[in-house]
Amino acid sequence: MSKLGKGFSALATAAAVFCGTLAQAQGTLRVGMTAADIPLTTGQTDQGGEGMRFMGYTVYDSLIEWDLTSADKPSVLIPGLATEWSVGEDELTWTFKLREGVTFHDGSPLTAEVVVWNLDKLLDDTSEQYDSRQAAQGKSRIPAVASYEAVDDLTLTITTKAPDATLPYQLAWILMSSKANWEALDKDWEKVALQPSGTGPWKLTEFVPRERAVLVPNTEYWDETRIPQLDELVLIPLPEPNARSAALMSGQVDWIEAPAPDTIPAMEGNGFVISSNAYPHNWTWHLSRLEGSPWNDIRVRKAANMAIDRESMMPLLGGLMVPAKGFLPPSSQWFGNPEFDPSYDLDAARALMQKAGYGPDNRLAVKALISPSGSGQMLPLPMNEFIQQSLAEIWIDVDFMVVEWNQMINLWRAGAADPAVEGAQSINFTYFIQDPFTGLIRHLDCNLIAPNGTNWGHYCDDEMQGLFDQIKTTFDPEEQNAVLQKTHEKYVNDALFLFVTHDVAPRAMSPKVKGFVQAQNWYQNFSSITMDE
Amino acid sequence: MLTYLVRRLILVLPVAFGVSVICFLLVQIAPGDPLTAIMPVDATAEEQAVMRAAYGLDKPLPVQYAIWIGNLLQGDMGKSIATGRPVASEVFGAVQNSLLLAVSAAIIAFPIGTALGFLAGYFRDTWADRAVTALSITGVSVPNYWLGIVLVIIFSVNLGWLPSMGAGPGGSQSWAWDWAHMRHLILPAVTLAVVPIGIVAHTVRALAGDILTMDFVQALYAKGMSRFDVLRHVARNAAATALSVMGLQLGYLLGGSILIEAVFNWPGSGFLLSNAIFQRDLPLLQGTILVLALFFVTMNLIVDVAQAAIDPRIQRT
Repeated sequence: MSKLGKGFSALATAAAVFCGTLAQAQGTLRVGMTAADIPLTTGQTDQGGEGMRFMGYTVYDSLIEWDLTSADKPSVLIPGLATEWSVGEDELTWTFKLREGVTFHDGSPLTAEVVVWNLDKLLDDTSEQYDSRQAAQGKSRIPAVASYEAVDDLTLTITTKAPDATLPYQLAWILMSSKANWEALDKDWEKVALQPSGTGPWKLTEFVPRERAVLVPNTEYWDETRIPQLDELVLIPLPEPNARSAALMSGQVDWIEAPAPDTIPAMEGNGFVISSNAYPHNWTWHLSRLEGSPWNDIRVRKAANMAIDRESMMPLLGGLMVPAKGFLPPSSQWFGNPEFDPSYDLDAARALMQKAGYGPDNRLAVKALISPSGSGQMLPLPMNEFIQQSLAEIWIDVDFMVVEWNQMINLWRAGAADPAVEGAQSINFTYFIQDPFTGLIRHLDCNLIAPNGTNWGHYCDDEMQGLFDQIKTTFDPEEQNAVLQKTHEKYVNDALFLFVTHDVAPRAMSPKVKGFVQAQNWYQNFSSITMDE
Repeated sequence: MLTYLVRRLILVLPVAFGVSVICFLLVQIAPGDPLTAIMPVDATAEEQAVMRAAYGLDKPLPVQYAIWIGNLLQGDMGKSIATGRPVASEVFGAVQNSLLLAVSAAIIAFPIGTALGFLAGYFRDTWADRAVTALSITGVSVPNYWLGIVLVIIFSVNLGWLPSMGAGPGGSQSWAWDWAHMRHLILPAVTLAVVPIGIVAHTVRALAGDILTMDFVQALYAKGMSRFDVLRHVARNAAATALSVMGLQLGYLLGGSILIEAVFNWPGSGFLLSNAIFQRDLPLLQGTILVLALFFVTMNLIVDVAQAAIDPRIQRT
């Protein structure tokens, strides 16, 4: 190479290094969360989807993860700490190959033995590392797991209690903490909470309970495309919606979760950006199917669904909703092609009610459980009043039983037959519907009738049960998707719920925030974000 | 004086015991389940039962109370169910932040309220009296969380002069008496001060007005005492009652700022309490209420003693 060439080369290298330095110095993003506290930092997070979003997939990884790179299509599972997995001929034993060269933030390597240690942390209450707080969050997420074993440093087997093809979805919940870090911190989870160590793209460097957590990039992260570009990500619990909005508009944070709908026009007017997208969430009335419930009549269920003018409900929510066409959002890969369309058709709804024996002189009285607020409940009071008025148009008179959110969860767990629900024939509940179990199985499985599970309405149907069994025994992902679609089609065709709306996970942010891609998922990728000067 | 103090201290014990029983029972009566805060909503009944046993929530209430009070007497307030952190550090950290806010509000409210009250009492039935009365009624009547929101909109959102939330750039743990931190205190303290300004002004106005009509005041004037010296006597006579009102107000400021702390995201005891209520975090709820109640009892004790010191007649009652 000529001297001139060498000179250009050196100049180009220097420029690249300089630009690289600039690229890594992309400012601080301050996020106002809806949570009242910093989610549990030790590994398995609390605070539901928000906890996983901000303290889960940021600091930690799971064996199998959700693809969060696209806003245009539903998220699917992708390799995480495991690069490949397969089930044996017995349909019980799964083998996982771990990613080579992955280290925790403390420098210790990820091995199959560490994964086993993490599973014991949640499932084996005799193990030294068993942590009841993490177990409370994680154990119920992996009901299929019977045993597990490290075959070699990078090979792991997990055996299920029965054939269960949903295991990969279950494992997407389970986050891996560092064994070496726990040992270095006197095997004390309280100390780990202050100095956690995961394999994720972000490292926690500062943690003030209830006030703030500061994350910085893990520049050694195994997936180069997910190495964060920001200097810092600051998480601030701001549970009060008005306080969140004021903090954003006064420049104290750059991003808020779930802005109150009535503040959105003011924010947009002041140049703030509202980001939203469909995601696996729904807002429904879960119907009682106990003997004597009026919702046992499919004509009444269909009529109620067709009596709701969902488009007219949109202004109430500032347009931030996706009108329901079924239990899953219309963009879901498992939506299928149901025959029944629950769209607004008052005449058809009235005709169905008349066929069922109801009319202006023979009105139907129903009792509905609702709460005035709650996680993911959107604006429950005006929305339920809207439904009440809509149903009155088809001669259904709704009497509300209003309970506080914490109590509502208890009544949901108790089920429709529990005396505490005082004969209510429906419960207004919002659901996390991201995987086959949370999305479809848990609501209507005969084996999960409340209080043993979350089948609140005591629904049990042989055909549906057969579909659930098929989901669990169909190991080919494409074929499994087809079964899931068929299951959802039955959900819709039988009008098994009052399908109302889907939330769109609105978040408001400063115009300085660039590069965010809102995935159709409860979790998000913060690595692509930069801040304009 | 010492006998009086001992007698008052002895009376505190049954009050504290009563408070502990009420704290424990009140939070148990509320519907809801503390496990909701620490388990996924779809955790099975079996998993819930295991966790319930782990936290001792499956034991009969009297046993739970005995365990709680036993630990309390040994200085152990237990651990928060929702966060796993010790209740004592959670509560005392939060109370410290609330105390900072309450004392700041008191520093604003008490002198202003006293000055306005004297002004109105001295110039009774004049425009000044009517203006102060209108102001104090407004102060007491305006919902302070609403006022807080309005102040945030004006001074944080529109003017950008003051921050709208938090206890400083690095949180309350790195609190310092510098402008960067103190500017976070201004809006919540001013908002919180509005009600006690009204109450203190109203009380002092009534006291000053009444005392000024007493015979001894006329006698003082007749003796040729200056207006300022007469007012000093009036102030001394009004002090005992005004002090007791201020003491109670300080108690209210500490425990009654839930809404203000929520509006300003101030990490105090009110904020802690409201989260504990929503999460049914029983140990945290019991601990916070107990500490606040005991603070109230202590404030009353201090006020009683101070009153007795100012007015020795009180010791004889």
